[in-house]
Parts: sequence; C-alpha cells; structure tokens
Amino acid sequence: MAGNIKLEVVTPEKQVVDEETQMVVAPGVLGEFGVLIGHTPFMTALKIGTVRYTDTSGQERCVFVSGGFAEALPDKVTILAESAERRRDIDLERARSAMERAQRRLEDKKADLDFLRAEAALKRALHRLRLAETRRT
Amino acid sequence: MATLKEIQLKISGVKKTRQITKAMNMVATSRLRGAQQNMERFRPYAAKFAEVLGSLAGRAGEGASLLLVPREPVRKVHVVLCTSDRGLCGGFNLNLISKAEAFKAERGADTSFSFTNFGKKGRDWCRTGAMTIDDHYLGVVGGRIPFNIAVNAGRKLVDGFTSGAYDEVFLVYSQFVSMARQEPRIQQLLPIPKIESAVATAADAPWQAEHICEPSATELLADLLPRSVYVQLYKGLLETSTSEHAARRTAMDNATKACKDMIENLTLVYNKARQAAITAELMDIVGGAEALKG
Repeated sequence: MAGNIKLEVVTPEKQVVDEETQMVVAPGVLGEFGVLIGHTPFMTALKIGTVRYTDTSGQERCVFVSGGFAEALPDKVTILAESAERRRDIDLERARSAMERAQRRLEDKKADLDFLRAEAALKRALHRLRLAETRRT
Repeated sequence: MATLKEIQLKISGVKKTRQITKAMNMVATSRLRGAQQNMERFRPYAAKFAEVLGSLAGRAGEGASLLLVPREPVRKVHVVLCTSDRGLCGGFNLNLISKAEAFKAERGADTSFSFTNFGKKGRDWCRTGAMTIDDHYLGVVGGRIPFNIAVNAGRKLVDGFTSGAYDEVFLVYSQFVSMARQEPRIQQLLPIPKIESAVATAADAPWQAEHICEPSATELLADLLPRSVYVQLYKGLLETSTSEHAARRTAMDNATKACKDMIENLTLVYNKARQAAITAELMDIVGGAEALKG
C-alpha cells in the first residue's frame, strides 16, 4: 500500500516533529519496529534510542528519544517522549558533560547511588553522542 | 497642614513608586505570555497522554498497580504545595496557603502531615508553622520549568508512597482560569484516582479499541502510571506559574491606579495650599498698603 503516514513526536515542553513520512522506525522495548501506512493499531513502550523516518522526499531523518511510548494507527504514529531532539538540535557539549557526570557517579560507587538512574543517564548521553556523530558536518 | 515642600516631596515619591509598579506590571505581562506559551506547548502531550492512559486503564482493569489502591486508614498525608518565590502579587500565595491549611484542618489532628514545597512563600509558611518539610524547590515556579524537575520530584513522591511513608499525596496549586481569576485547587495525586476509561472515544473509532500491546496492557499501564503523576505535577506547576504572573499583573495594575489617585489628591491639596499662601501674601500687601495710606 503506497502513501504517507503522519508522524508526531511530542514532549511535555514542545512538539518536536509533526510531518508526513513514508516510513517510521522506532526502538520498542521488545525490539525495533517499522511502521508503514495501514499498520494495525499498536502500542508499545520505547527504549532510549533513535526514531528514524523517511520524509516525503525520501530523505532519512533521525530523532533522539529518551524512552516513552509509541502508538501506531493506520494513518498516524504518535510518540510520547519525556525528551526528544532532532539530530541537528542535539547539544553536544551538554551530552558530553552529562556522560562524564554519569560515569563519575557510576565509578564512585557510593552506597546511596541510584544505579538504575545513573545508568539511564549514561545511556541517554551515549545515544545522543552517537547520533550526533553521524551528523553531516 | 503640611507645608508646600512636604507635599511636593510626597508627590515625587508616589510618582517614583508608580514608575516601579508600572515596570513590574510590564515584566509580569511579558512573563505571563511566556508561561501561557509553555502551557500551550504542553497541551498536545497532556491530551495524548490522557487518551492513552484512558484506553489502557479500560483494558487492564483494576489492581493493575499498587499506585491505584487506596489505603485504609489514612495516617500519613503528604501535601505538595505550589506557591511563588516572590510576593507583590496580591492574595495569590495567601489563597494557596489557606487552601492547604483548610485541608489540614479538615483532616483532623490524628493524621500526620508532611510537605513538599515549590516556592519560597509556601516553604516559609511551613517553617513558621514548624511543619515537616520533606523537600523544597526554589526558583522553579515563575520561570521556565524543565519537565525533569517534575520527574525528579514526582519520583520521590511515588517512592514515598510505595515505601509506605505516605498514605496519600495531594497537590495544592493555582488553576489559571482567566487573566482575572486564579483559583487555588487541591487534587489527589496518589493513590491515583480512578481513571475514566476511554469508552466514548472507542465508540467513535471502534478499531482504536483493539490495540496490540507490547508488552501487555497491564505492564504498559504499570509503566505509565508513575508518569501520570509527573504529568499532573508538571501541569500544576505550569498552572501555578501562569497564575502567579497573572496575579502579579493585576496587583501591579491596581497599585499603579492607586498611585494615580494619590497623585491627583495630593496635587489638589498642593494647589489649595499654594493658593492659600498666595492669598495670605496678597492680604498682607494690601493690608500694608492700606496702613501706609492712612
């Protein structure tokens, strides 16, 4: 079935993406999944990772998401994320310092360390950095 | 009666005050616009979130999560009190605080209360009342609020609830009704009140009801529920921020008007006094001239 599917990525602070796409690929907790138009209604939690989509001109675009939820409907994909940035909007400096901070926290091994949170912070920072590195300079 | 000089000084003083209140009014107006935009940006997320939550809650059924189960009896109540950091905004903070106070009185003496404060005014109130403050955040309300803050604060609330430190958690915030009206409200955060399932929307679009869920609907819901607390908290903070600026704008508007009235009255008094002085001088001169003639 040919046609475009609408993609919306919303965070509490702003709407990051709202456009027509040919295909969307998102990182679900049980594995990455792709959505084309006419998809069965589907809902999943997302991992920290990258949502990739092909825009109407056939160009591939990337958006970082820090986990959240995705809902796929036959004509629309909605992604709810706590934070999300397009690849070009990623703040390298911030990601780098977040990574160092998280690493230090993990190495300190204090008793009150919230391991899961520190690890999640590290994961977010690493994903941001990795995605930003694929940016064309 | 005050001397001319004194009245003049008073007038120039009031004029200066008027300048300040005018400036504060303008600052509040522009901040208000920013705060409203933030609320506007949050709306799509909140709407979608409520929709997803509703449709999942309808399918997952009761007992899906501990966060939904009410406790009996309720001994330890936690209140999240949102106020502003700064004053000069009319009865804004007082309204919020008295809302919290009324709630506390209503619950009676055998429940213990603890607080999380957003904003200095509420914290100060808790301190003077020697109440338990578990956490406080300054410089949040009124500024640009990152969602992270709501997540971190919300996580502590959820942890406190699951560990049994709190039996119930309430949020006191100010609802932005309109430019002229801000209402203090109280809302239960935990246990999460019964979620209305989205049966109505399912009827509009029957195919929507049958989502495939990964992982199962119950697991998704368990993941979603703590987040709904963060979302509610964030909404409360945004509303309170917007209300604060609106309240300050109104207060400063009134103050500017009061200054204007005062200046008018004082000018009247000044003119009268001046006229009286001139008349008295004239009388002197005329009297003197008459005496010389004599």
